[in-house]
Amino acid sequence: MTDTERTITVTVNGVPREATVPVRRLLSDALRHDLGLTGTHVGCEHGVCGACTVIVDGDPVRSCLMLAVQVDGSEVRTVEGLAREDHQGGQVLHPVQEAFRECHALQCGFCTPGFLMTIAAGLEERDNSVELTEEDVDDMVGGNLCRCTGYANIKKAVHHAAAAMRDA
Amino acid sequence: MKPAPFRYADPRALDEALALLSEDGAKVLAGGQSLLPLLSMRLAAPAVLVDINRVPGLDAIEVDDTGVRVGALVRHSTLLADEGAARVQPLLARATANVAHPAIRNRGTTVGSIAHADPSGEMTSVLALTDGTVTVASAAGTEVLGWRDFFVGPLETSIPGGAVVTSAFFPALPQRSGTAFAEIARRKGDYAVCGAGVVVTLDGDRRVESARASYVSVGLTPEVHDLTDAVAGAPVEQADWAAAGELARTLVDPDTDIHASADYRRLLVGVLTERTLASAAAEAVAGATRE
Amino acid sequence: MTTKLFGEPVRRREDQRLITGKGRYLDDIGHTALAAAFVRSPHAHARITDIDVDEALDVEGLVAIYTYEDLTGPMAEPLPVLIPHPQLHAPRTGFPLANGEVNHVGEPVVMVVATDRYVAEDACDRIVVSYEELPVVVGVDAARAAEHAVHEEIPDNVAARHHQETGDVEPALAAAPRTLSFTQYIERSACMPMEGKGVHAKWDADDSSLRVYTSTQASTSVRAAIAAKLKLSLDKVEVIAPDVGGGFGVKIVHPWPEELLVPLAAINLGREVKWAEDRREHFIGSAHERQQRQEITVGYDDDGRITALDVHIWHDNGAYTPYGIIVPIVTATQLVGPYALPVYRVVVESVFTNTVIVTPYRGAGRPQGCYAMERTMDRIADDLGLDRAVVRERNLIQADQFPYDHRLTFQDGRPVIYDSGDYPGLLDKLRTLVGWSEAEHLRADAAERGKLLGVGMALYVEGTGPGPYEGGHVQVLGSGKVLVSTGLTSQGQGHETAFAQIVASELGVPIEDVEVTTGDTRRFGYAVGTFASRAAVMSGNAIALAARGVREKALRIAADVLEAAPEDLEIDAGLVQVKGVPGTSIPLRTVAVLSNPLRYAFDEAAKQATQFAKAGDDDKPPVAVGDAPGLEHRDYYSPIRSTFASGAHAAIVEIDPATWEIDVVKYAVVHDCGNVVNPMIVEGQVHGGVAQGVGGALYERMAYDADGQLQNASFMDFLMPYASEVPNIDIDHQQTPSPLNPLGIKGAGEAGVIPGTAAIASAIEDAVGRRIASMPISPTELYDLVRDPSSERTATAARREAGAMA
Repeated sequence: MTDTERTITVTVNGVPREATVPVRRLLSDALRHDLGLTGTHVGCEHGVCGACTVIVDGDPVRSCLMLAVQVDGSEVRTVEGLAREDHQGGQVLHPVQEAFRECHALQCGFCTPGFLMTIAAGLEERDNSVELTEEDVDDMVGGNLCRCTGYANIKKAVHHAAAAMRDA
Repeated sequence: MKPAPFRYADPRALDEALALLSEDGAKVLAGGQSLLPLLSMRLAAPAVLVDINRVPGLDAIEVDDTGVRVGALVRHSTLLADEGAARVQPLLARATANVAHPAIRNRGTTVGSIAHADPSGEMTSVLALTDGTVTVASAAGTEVLGWRDFFVGPLETSIPGGAVVTSAFFPALPQRSGTAFAEIARRKGDYAVCGAGVVVTLDGDRRVESARASYVSVGLTPEVHDLTDAVAGAPVEQADWAAAGELARTLVDPDTDIHASADYRRLLVGVLTERTLASAAAEAVAGATRE
Repeated sequence: MTTKLFGEPVRRREDQRLITGKGRYLDDIGHTALAAAFVRSPHAHARITDIDVDEALDVEGLVAIYTYEDLTGPMAEPLPVLIPHPQLHAPRTGFPLANGEVNHVGEPVVMVVATDRYVAEDACDRIVVSYEELPVVVGVDAARAAEHAVHEEIPDNVAARHHQETGDVEPALAAAPRTLSFTQYIERSACMPMEGKGVHAKWDADDSSLRVYTSTQASTSVRAAIAAKLKLSLDKVEVIAPDVGGGFGVKIVHPWPEELLVPLAAINLGREVKWAEDRREHFIGSAHERQQRQEITVGYDDDGRITALDVHIWHDNGAYTPYGIIVPIVTATQLVGPYALPVYRVVVESVFTNTVIVTPYRGAGRPQGCYAMERTMDRIADDLGLDRAVVRERNLIQADQFPYDHRLTFQDGRPVIYDSGDYPGLLDKLRTLVGWSEAEHLRADAAERGKLLGVGMALYVEGTGPGPYEGGHVQVLGSGKVLVSTGLTSQGQGHETAFAQIVASELGVPIEDVEVTTGDTRRFGYAVGTFASRAAVMSGNAIALAARGVREKALRIAADVLEAAPEDLEIDAGLVQVKGVPGTSIPLRTVAVLSNPLRYAFDEAAKQATQFAKAGDDDKPPVAVGDAPGLEHRDYYSPIRSTFASGAHAAIVEIDPATWEIDVVKYAVVHDCGNVVNPMIVEGQVHGGVAQGVGGALYERMAYDADGQLQNASFMDFLMPYASEVPNIDIDHQQTPSPLNPLGIKGAGEAGVIPGTAAIASAIEDAVGRRIASMPISPTELYDLVRDPSSERTATAARREAGAMA
């Protein structure tokens, strides 16, 4: 059976969501336009810039290089799901978000969600009691383009976030 | 930059996938990291996209003394992290580490990049260098193809429409052998301007028995170059790796593009050959010493 | 005091929304809007013979197709020449949709509107445009040779001949003890913001009004252009720049065809319409910059002091000249840098090519000027066997020579008079920061590791903050909230934070109470735009003046209430108080309430200002003659001329002589932008600029083939640096405040990018001993250069070799 349109169910930021999409809809477009999660940005649509990076079933991937129908049944995390709610209904930022603000690791902010997701996944999956090397940082941020910051403060923010996660 | 319309299926069994693939204009979607950009740029417009990601049994890495079998759905990142595979055939992890960036490796598949047959792909040259094979399934049955029979041209393989590569097999590294893989790219993670993978095998007296190399972004299809003549029989410490590099330069036929001239690629073939052979030989010596 | 925040590294208030995915960029707006897509020319130069849309009509979801035939009135006329100039003798602009001829690949020919972008592209695919190809002109040399013409009626391809001179250059050169001449090239790069352009338009038919969101650097002027082109009353058009994902110059150009066509379709269809530029469109349908051929002759004495400089530049302006000759003028006038040149003549011939238009990209002609001047310094040093830093030092304008008049006319039509600076100070700091005197040791160390090491430096002066003006509005509400607005736009420079710092400091209020809006014509209708490192200088000062106006009024009203003289009052932490008398105070928010005499008590605060709340003076009107209700003030800052920031960069490169890979191992920056509002933001601007400078020197190049096809129109092949390609940057600061504006600030936005190409070219030349006369340079090109027996060796390399053999 081949389809031109499908209804998919996907857990986005912990919330089950349903959407009916043409099968050619890119995951990036489905998140932004079908599910209204515009925090994921589209910078090149050919998988090079990394602005659209989201976490699918635990791994950071380029959402412009997946079809929406491919995440049927999966769990997706986007920048909107990075902070958690506290008991008073307020928001507790993820250490990577805190670090980006503290270290001035963003300017226009367009590439930022992709960096945040890549770095969050990288720091969450590693043993933060082990000292982060420059090489680790380069690996974590090396596949995302930023045209504003020159990356210095983004690298600084990764160290800052890793320290916060180690101390937490 | 949005894909043209296509029909889509995500079969749950290989038979079903093969049936779907028999339709004209059908194309396999595995990792999609090369295909999706082509779709979005409308440089590819398949009638049917057959997504094999939900076909069971294609995501295994099987390792034994003879080699490593990599299923069609094994992601680069999984292969990169597989210690068993790295032990039996170290070139796998060494080459995979050079494939793009982590987010691409999380989704892209090793077999997919082989089936894509891009001359700038790392895994195509590793398949050649290890004298590997691919297993191809089609409605007519299953067949095993040697790499020489598989790669036909840039982005072109011998398998017919309707077939799918279900696994690739990389033979184990022979005894008393060492490997190395190195690339030079304009930016880290880019397609290589030139890459080299090498295997050096020593004889029982720690003399060079063979030295072979395969290159990335050099030539239209993967090739293996036997460089043994330049270093055969030399005690490993005295082997003239520079001569092997010189030999390699005469054997390759690289192209010019906007990132590098053919001459520059030839220069890099020589340099990378010399460097990687020396490193591989040192590894072979270390291995032989442990024996 | 908590409220004096000027000069502090205050964390950005923009960030909260941007790090949580709540930013609002163009494509985040209007999710029910129809989508526009364009059929663009696949040819660099061709006549359109037919447009056949029949096949597209069957596409389900197609709403409308527009070609040139559908345009009427002002829309059927060429796009405006935005910045006319007497020396731009043959300006040309395209039409919103091609009118019979296309002059570069990517020029829009047909607009399709459909239910979504996928469908719109389906329809585009089915539209058949027939072309008759014409000869193609690519590159300055081809344009200069003029074998073919881009525009038939301009056979020499020259759009403008810009000429300035400060004396009689020929006799000065003839009299010079020494002269040298050389030609060098610099190639095309582009701004390449991570967010492309985009436009969203919504027509309210009942109100006959149009709201347009556009990813622009100049919303007020886009508004005026839309009103003029679509024949709407200005008061019926509002234009808003939402969060903008980077600009770097490309979004200052306006109106882009899409900024007119999308509103046209929205009005025509009575539906919201949106166009979000994709990356391929951005490569071929926006703007590039930087390509020049520079022919330089310099006269100098035996000490390396320049006596005369004669420069002839051929500047590639692409297919059209919508932005006038700003880039050539900036190159011509900023080339002189921090140096005293007794006689200077410059001619820039701006030529047409069948390529994407050339308009300002961060630096806007300055990187090219810096490259010309600084490489001239290197050549003089090489010729005389002098230290490159010493030759520069001998030519510097001295600290006691300000104001320094170059006798040139800048891009704003005003004289190039440097207001303040300390260039010897910059150079000294740079030598220390980079370890200039250690270079030979470093070279020897690197040689032991088999590497070729080179050092290079480049200095620049940057005219920033040109007029004509910007405005600011500050209003204190009864809630205590302080609303601030300015018309210019933001693309990531942290204006909301910097302007809030200025207001908090000037007005004496907590920064948390300050809300800043930029680039929204509903809030502020008069503005010029964000370009030329002018936002902090222009809007910063305008907002400071507006805040001072509010302060003055607040003190006047409070003085009345507190029965004190205004000059005895101060404002701190939102409280107006009598100096030295604690407890005698009134909250600023109460002053705001009292400033607006009311009849109606719509809330608790308002009650205090109603007519029976307090005894009034029966002989005076509630609002004094000449006064206005409300605690607000609007003010403008209009400078007599630009203020000149400066800086000095040095690079150390290591080159692998086996592979010719080039590694920038150290990059040092000394930076002077006068008084600094927020040092964290300024450093961020420097970092980003340097990354673009390194990109422009080593990686980025628009690779056109002879047919005018851009061969690398993707992020795979147009190589913007990743983190792995950007060196660590050491920064030192110097502050010479500008005497021209109340806050003493100079612009900082573009500085980081300016000297990169010059400094890195110098370092590579120093490492390999071969003349570098074309930038950017890649390993494959360096390999070609060093093995070419005809490539020029530097005298320094020869001396070094002789020294080693001796």
